[in-house]
Amino acid sequence: MSTSVKSTIQCYHCGEECVTETIQLADKTFCCQGCKTVYQVLNQSDLCNYYELNKNPGTTQRITVRKDKFSFLDDEKIQQQLVSFRNSEQTHVTFYLPQIHCSSCLWLLENLHRLNSDVVSSRVNFTRKEVAIIFNHNRSSLRTVAELLTSIGYEPYISLQNLQQAKPRIQRSLIYQLGVAGFCFANIMLMSFPEYLGLEEAEKSMQYLFRYFNLILSLPVLLYSSLPFYQSAWGSLKHKYLNIDAPIALAIIMTFGRSLYEVLSNTGSGYFDSMSGIVFFMLVGRVLQEKTYQQLSFERDYTSYFPIAVTVIKDKKEIPTALPDIKVGDTILIHNEELIPVDGLLTKGKALIDYSFVTGESLPVLKEMGELLYAGGKQTGSNIELLVMKEVAQSYLTRLWNNDDKQKAAKVSFVDSLSRYFTWIVFALAAAGALYWSFYDGGKAWNVVTTILIVACPCALLLSNSFTNGNVLRILGNNKLYLRNAQTIEEIAEVNHIVFDKTGTLTTTEAQDIFFSGEPFTDEIAGCIAALAAQSTHPLSKLLAKEFKQDGAFTVKQFRESTGKGISGIVNQRIISLGSAEFITGYASQKFEGSTVYVSVDGSLPGYFSIRNHYRTHIFEQIKQLRKQYRISILSGDNESERLNLQRELGMDVKLFFNQQPHDKLCYIQQLQQGGQKVMMIGDGLNDAGALKQADAGIAVTESTNNFTPASDGILEANQLNRLSAYLQFTKANKRVVLASFVLSILYNIIGLSFALKGVLSPMIAAILMPSSSLSIILLTFGASSLYARLLGLRKKQQL
Amino acid sequence: MSVIFLLLIASVSVAALFLGAFLWSVKSGQYDDETSPPIRMLFDQKPASSSGNSSETNSTQQ
Repeated sequence: MSTSVKSTIQCYHCGEECVTETIQLADKTFCCQGCKTVYQVLNQSDLCNYYELNKNPGTTQRITVRKDKFSFLDDEKIQQQLVSFRNSEQTHVTFYLPQIHCSSCLWLLENLHRLNSDVVSSRVNFTRKEVAIIFNHNRSSLRTVAELLTSIGYEPYISLQNLQQAKPRIQRSLIYQLGVAGFCFANIMLMSFPEYLGLEEAEKSMQYLFRYFNLILSLPVLLYSSLPFYQSAWGSLKHKYLNIDAPIALAIIMTFGRSLYEVLSNTGSGYFDSMSGIVFFMLVGRVLQEKTYQQLSFERDYTSYFPIAVTVIKDKKEIPTALPDIKVGDTILIHNEELIPVDGLLTKGKALIDYSFVTGESLPVLKEMGELLYAGGKQTGSNIELLVMKEVAQSYLTRLWNNDDKQKAAKVSFVDSLSRYFTWIVFALAAAGALYWSFYDGGKAWNVVTTILIVACPCALLLSNSFTNGNVLRILGNNKLYLRNAQTIEEIAEVNHIVFDKTGTLTTTEAQDIFFSGEPFTDEIAGCIAALAAQSTHPLSKLLAKEFKQDGAFTVKQFRESTGKGISGIVNQRIISLGSAEFITGYASQKFEGSTVYVSVDGSLPGYFSIRNHYRTHIFEQIKQLRKQYRISILSGDNESERLNLQRELGMDVKLFFNQQPHDKLCYIQQLQQGGQKVMMIGDGLNDAGALKQADAGIAVTESTNNFTPASDGILEANQLNRLSAYLQFTKANKRVVLASFVLSILYNIIGLSFALKGVLSPMIAAILMPSSSLSIILLTFGASSLYARLLGLRKKQQL
Repeated sequence: MSVIFLLLIASVSVAALFLGAFLWSVKSGQYDDETSPPIRMLFDQKPASSSGNSSETNSTQQ
């Protein structure tokens, strides 16, 4: 198919290609009225610095926000739930602005007061994409502020979730505990030096001073910094199993008890240095491992997608109403680009519903009056009215989300099961040592038992695990795979069956392939087709118009559109019709209607266009590579038209399933799991939500992390999907590194134990042994995992 | 003896001061957003020509 190549013009505001229209203003070009308006607003207030900091910093304004969209913000009840603080003059409010992406955004949003003097201050949190605004509510209102943000291209995203729950604050206690542990550790080390180096007889009195100082400094470590270990150990004991934190908590308490005894009885200096050191290192590991991606949410439910309020029509008046207050029987008004929050009957208007958010299918579906619309679709086009059939809580979408009542059983990390054996062995050794020494020298038995318990603490295992996990999470994050937590690494490593969703995952929503079957036609006819198609707002027409767009525009006469069937008109003295098979040929087609457009020119029928989703680049190569190690299935909600094509591309052993409902996908994964397989699900839309939850590891694919993704164990940026096999390899390396460093730590432990069992382990050796073993393990795990990442060709640094 | 005691107290209290500063900085949310402060400090503070006073941009919230 030949298309004319033209030089493209970039919009000065958003940097996007000017496709449909080009607007000139002085020496600047804009792709749409919206972008131009934003520029004018900024120009008037002397804020054009915005365009100097970054090239084309804006986001496209092609989809205009209707004027009274934020009228619900005048509602007192809604206001109260959004506002964080209010006094007689000022109101503090925080808006989520998903458009924030560069330093220009930051600059402009923090200069809001220059646009509107009622704004007292505004401060951006870049990582959370939030702006905290303080404004004077006597002269301005919440709605005005929201509209001000919208007018400069930053439309606040206000969802039902804002109404229902406060955002969880960042957990800072771990950082405090780490800080305190670091402080105590450093000071105890300082105070211990005289002890290590030996004191002269004359200075013995100072020894007490240092020892008691250490005792006091170790108290915060014991009582505050070690809290996470006690809590985790207690939690596991309550569930009647031993996790790795149990022996560690025991070792911390034993070390302190033994040291306390030594100091008070004046028999030694204790092991305060080792105790605080190991707690400090373990906390560092824990902080690294639990570093979360603030800007991402893995726990989204439907409330974060739904608007906070919709317009209800009552007695011919439009009343903005908070979503939970919508009742069955209400008539609601849905505007262009708004999400349908309830199941309802279409009573007025032409519905063109984009279900991409539910199914991943990007082409909108046409619905006639009287048809039932399910929640989750987005209306594109004119306003429609709906009669509410089911409330938000009962709608199809909500049930889709909640249909998995069973929670996944808490997974036990291999580290925990490993440490359990380890703990029993250590207990046995301690008992044997005690028995042995009680025969020979009763006084030494207590010493030996405590030393064994202290030295054999599996902290090295915990350290290697948390540092490796932390590093793996960080490297994967730099490569655009964001995992929910460290446990997910293990889950992914054990997977042996990968299930892909097709639409939106293997295919991209951003491009379509247009094929023409029939007699080839001339450029002139192509131009006519484009000119005719440009008249219609139907998504298929838009695609054709874009594909065949030519310089010399033809005028269209006698344009006629039959909704849901096709369009016709006279272009360049030719009668051209585009539409469904029935509209053009008079016969219903055997092929699937949704993706074919028939053409007729002057009554003759050259052929039809079929529009297919475009497969992501290199996706087939990637699946072929994965096929060598994993079983692969592909589930699709679409019809069978792609079966032959896919089977030819991927080979016969890839299982393909079509016409899959969300529930079918979930059942298929359950079925695989009952057969003993570990399943990873890779999907994108809400129709995969159940399957993503059910799978051992559910990865949501998204075009951009600004988009919303269903609840999952991990989020992968779509353009990285073709590197999946490298990521999977890398997660497998994780376990190997942990095990290797565990073997090393056992070696240390054996050396330590051999001293301890003989009863000759001096404080000096213990003091050197413990931190050095920890440090070497940290270095080993970090080095090994980073090296492996390099071998697999993963990036080390974040690429912006 | 008493000199060493004094020195110990002094050194630990200086360290405690830094610990306090660290805890305060975490608590006041200075590490919540690590992206914007380095960008923010590079912005030129143009003297506002038409309206507003530019000092407000620097006023910290809460």
